[in-house]
Amino acid sequence: MDLLYEIWGSVMRNKMRTLATGIAVASGLFLLIVLQGAGNGIIHTFDRNRGGFSFDAIHVWGGWTSRAYDGMERGRRIVLDNRAEDMVNLRFPAETKGVTSIISQSGLTVSYGTEYLASVELEGIHPRYADMASLKIVRGRMIHDLDVAERRKVILLSEKREKELSPRGKSLLNEYLLLDGKYFLVVGLYEDDQMSSQTTLYTPYTTVQTLYGRGTAIDELMISGKGLDTEQKNELFETRLRQGLGKIHTFHPEDQSAVWIWNQARDNEQMNRASSILQISLWILGMLTLISGVVGVSNIMLISVKERTREFGIRKALGATPWNIIRMIIFESIVITGTFGYVGMFAGVAFCSYMDASVGNRTLDIGVDKLQYFVDPTVDISTCLWATLVMIVSGAVAGFFPAHKASSVKPIEALRA
Amino acid sequence: MYFCPYIDISMIKLSGIHKTYEGVQPLHVLKGIDLHIKKGEFVAIMGASGSGKSTLLNILGILDDYDEGEYLLDETPIRHLKEKKAAYYRNRMIGFIFQSFNLIAFKDAMENVALPLFYQGVSRRKRNELAMQYLEKVGLRDWAHHYPNELSGGQKQRVAIARALITQPRIILADEPTGALDSRTSVEVMELLKALHRQGMTIVVVTHESGVAYQTQKIVHIKDGLIERIEDNVDPSASPFGNGSVMK
Repeated sequence: MDLLYEIWGSVMRNKMRTLATGIAVASGLFLLIVLQGAGNGIIHTFDRNRGGFSFDAIHVWGGWTSRAYDGMERGRRIVLDNRAEDMVNLRFPAETKGVTSIISQSGLTVSYGTEYLASVELEGIHPRYADMASLKIVRGRMIHDLDVAERRKVILLSEKREKELSPRGKSLLNEYLLLDGKYFLVVGLYEDDQMSSQTTLYTPYTTVQTLYGRGTAIDELMISGKGLDTEQKNELFETRLRQGLGKIHTFHPEDQSAVWIWNQARDNEQMNRASSILQISLWILGMLTLISGVVGVSNIMLISVKERTREFGIRKALGATPWNIIRMIIFESIVITGTFGYVGMFAGVAFCSYMDASVGNRTLDIGVDKLQYFVDPTVDISTCLWATLVMIVSGAVAGFFPAHKASSVKPIEALRA
Repeated sequence: MYFCPYIDISMIKLSGIHKTYEGVQPLHVLKGIDLHIKKGEFVAIMGASGSGKSTLLNILGILDDYDEGEYLLDETPIRHLKEKKAAYYRNRMIGFIFQSFNLIAFKDAMENVALPLFYQGVSRRKRNELAMQYLEKVGLRDWAHHYPNELSGGQKQRVAIARALITQPRIILADEPTGALDSRTSVEVMELLKALHRQGMTIVVVTHESGVAYQTQKIVHIKDGLIERIEDNVDPSASPFGNGSVMK
């Protein structure tokens, strides 16, 4: 407190100079925060546009064999079926959090009264799909195990399509929709993601298998991995998964084209890497700007120390130790950097909020769909805390050399000056 | 003669002090100084410029180190001290009065007086209170919140004296205390120092003005780095320049 009072006097003596330096620091921090905010906007947009899939999902589709195996020719079509799900549950309990079979029928028409939608896809899913694909039920319920077991004709409809089918705003929950000549009960409404332009209705996969004569076939197996945090583990899991499927569906365990495996976790890792590179480079840019501000502070402090040589001489003659002097200069530097740094930080945060309010929710209309291109361009509290730490450290660094110079002043020389 | 209870207690004891300034041409400034100043004495060190009197004062004030000899300040040996220790002794034992006052420009009179106590860790309220008391002693209570540039030379020197006194030091070292003052204010300042002396303070004044020197009890003449002679000025009022006047 006392020290602050001491500093106040010397800071106020050179208002203009302090202000000029302060602006350098403030603009450095302002840029740091705004760059971070903009970077976050881009990263959030990546995340948002990546859609509803959980990031660690592994998708498997049937393909065509590329090798002759077990007396069978190459070029054979492999169709996955219900056994695949059981196999994964049995063989990989440690590596998986969940697995769901997906089977879909597309090109359907759905109608309610006189309203209808064409090119509708009916996607047969398992109840676990909700968690794995982050499907959010807004009203009603998710498909449950009994629906699957009894092959019920129940569907989930998106809120957007509800409005299209019921333009007057009547709720379609617990209403029957006519889908491809069959009536389905709407048991739940799910939240649209921004990305999909297709109309997707969800129903138990067993229902699709039965209604469309698909037997036990499935189109896709979706697996959510557990503890697959390295490239190596992912690769091993994929190899073993392929072997397991090969046993059921009789294809060569190393046949790369018999089943197609898309591991989102690996994609995700690359995406994360790209995000963090972006974030780091923005930090570096911001820091460089900040450094120029800090160098300015250091310069000003050096000049100020030179001017105040006599003052330090007097202080020393009156009993100031070198440490007293060093502490005073470093504190002064931290106070200047900190005060103006916070001004810059607040301006930056305010600007980010402005960006968020003005372009943050703007969408890019690409005809069939809308794309958000700048989501939530703001910084979080940890960035601000980091920036504070950076300011204190840089203030101390900026003050160090001037302080050292000041403390080495010999009182007699200073007094003679 | 007035009664002085500390007359036999040694305050400063210098023996064989040598000081050489290193450089292209080493300068042997002090060539063996022996000096004994007792508690409560009012001593003037006189000499022409270049005689070494300022160097001697710097050594006495622990602002400079010496090469050879021994210096005891109130029985504390002062030699090759670390900066921190030197600062501590300066703060507790010595009150400085400079020719050019050396007040800090952006602090008012009270803050200037209180500054030495800041380095003793005294709280601001306490030290400002004390500063006001000392300003009152030098007759500047009403000027407490004036900045140095709003004070006359004499007033500035009185503020500096208050600042020198606030730590209750063992000795007052004054370097040409009237050097920047006109004759009238010089008298005021000297009267103040004499009053301090009467209260028992040990005071060492460095000057080249004989008018100032002859107001003290003992005059140490320095020439070419050696003590030429020590003159006892038995009756300061009988100085060649008359009582209460300072020859400028």
